[in-house]
Amino acid sequence: MRNTLRRGVSAMRLESLQSYAFLARNWHLTRRYWGWEVVWFFYSLTSGLSVVFIAQGAEALTGETPSFDVKFLTMYLIIGTLIWRYLSNIFMLTSEVIAWERWEGTIEYTLMAPVERWVHLVGQTAYSLIYSLITTLLIGIAMALFFELDLSKANLPGAAAVVLAGSLSLIAIGIVASILPLLYPERGAQMTEVVQASFLLISGIYYPISVLPDWMESLARFSPVTYVLDGTRAAVLDGAAITDLLQYIAPLLLLGVVALPIGLRAFKAAENYAKRAGKLKRVG
Amino acid sequence: MRARKPLDLRRALVVDSITKYFHLPQPPLWKRLLGASAGLPEPGNLPKASKGGKEPIAAVDHVSFSVERGEIFGILGPNGSGKSTLVRLISTLLRPDRGSAKIFGIDLAEDEMGVKQLISRVSVDAAFFKKLSPMENLLYGARLYGVTAPEATVKAYEIMGRLGLKRSSFNEPMEEMSRGMQQKVAVARAFLTSPILLLMDEPTTGLDPRSKRDVREFIEELRDSHDATIMITTHDMEEADALCDRVAVIHNGKLAAIGTPEELKRSSGENGQFSTLEDVFIHLTGEQLVDSEAADIA
Repeated sequence: MRNTLRRGVSAMRLESLQSYAFLARNWHLTRRYWGWEVVWFFYSLTSGLSVVFIAQGAEALTGETPSFDVKFLTMYLIIGTLIWRYLSNIFMLTSEVIAWERWEGTIEYTLMAPVERWVHLVGQTAYSLIYSLITTLLIGIAMALFFELDLSKANLPGAAAVVLAGSLSLIAIGIVASILPLLYPERGAQMTEVVQASFLLISGIYYPISVLPDWMESLARFSPVTYVLDGTRAAVLDGAAITDLLQYIAPLLLLGVVALPIGLRAFKAAENYAKRAGKLKRVG
Repeated sequence: MRARKPLDLRRALVVDSITKYFHLPQPPLWKRLLGASAGLPEPGNLPKASKGGKEPIAAVDHVSFSVERGEIFGILGPNGSGKSTLVRLISTLLRPDRGSAKIFGIDLAEDEMGVKQLISRVSVDAAFFKKLSPMENLLYGARLYGVTAPEATVKAYEIMGRLGLKRSSFNEPMEEMSRGMQQKVAVARAFLTSPILLLMDEPTTGLDPRSKRDVREFIEELRDSHDATIMITTHDMEEADALCDRVAVIHNGKLAAIGTPEELKRSSGENGQFSTLEDVFIHLTGEQLVDSEAADIA
């Protein structure tokens, strides 16, 4: 019994160290590519500001006093910008778990190390969560310098719960998407970009999904990003209570809980296939 | 947690009729993901290429050999002969279509994770995160194998110093180092995790003579003082002759000969013996030695 316990603790220590290896490595990469980090931050901030200024420019555009609440629209767009920035980063960084290795030429080294794949993915997703949270907070702070944020009604813990549940869903979908670069060494990473762009279009980031054509609106109902946005807006703009937010949180958790094991199994199947077909080589 | 089979410490590596085909006509992807694979051809009877597909090849064709514990075992062969494919099969990066390999008694197919814990590989292309420093790359690799940062840092300084790397370069990006220096860091990374079977795929290709000598001496030292078994593929016949206890010559995926360098030199000649391994190589493969920097990563 004691020996089993000791082995269990020892295995946990090893797995924590291995997960941390990916986290630390990615942090070092971020630090070494700091110039690009500045560029991406600037680009994200300016593109976000450009969108939010549309609300501010409504009067100048139409020549009339807007019949809608400009402050509400401003907050609506800021929430869309920040949530998209956060979720798309989580999706991108998780789905690029293999693509990075291919670009750097380290795929064979990393995949022959004695690391369980879930341990590898825990390290990568931990980094994606931390990175996404920090960069989104920085952009949020910078945006607050330009616009007055009205948080008078906001239920911030409720919004955090929605975003947390949404993170789980996006991690799960990111793991499923990360299979593409395993299966298609040349085109896989490009395919994940298409998936991400589709989320951007259909999930109601800058507009309600009701304005979409019917078929796209139907698709939007399967996108976790839609639920995160609706839930966060309900919490921040309307101050919805946590009980009202469950309608958004529950499907997000369900999707995460169902998709996560499916993603892990699919990843393992794809890795086995890549080993049979000889696809674990560097590209780029 | 599954209990691991005890190691068989007498034989480091037993490869039994291992075979790997490429470009066989395949079932659709969705069936392959569910485990379906192409029907395997009879030995020596490869199918024709499917329409628009590449010609099927047996990159490694029923190769068998064994490596004793503590041996330095060389694999010689021209470009495209299947050396690197063989190393990939033993490294768990490829699944064999036929045959098996056991590392210290652990079957690759039965316990991949167990095998991974025993081996390390140095490939011809030093696979690193080029923006990261040698130390950052080494710490990453060490942690993957369960070595903590303080422990790894001490060992890394010792090994890199032993390989002649300057301390000032330890924290500079790898991309600023010469290929020779990068390859030395690759060797250091492999040694850092104390593997008992080290697979080296042309580790000295592209190195200057001084660096080649440093790496060779380090390989011998590792074998002598760390009880490691080393399998090395090389184009360098002089290196194979000087370094390897035994060598195998591979040609067109098949094992052409195996023995000590002296045995091969004695037995391969038609009228007496060859004076160099290079003569043996040309005799067996019918090819001139290729002094190529490019690996046969078929």
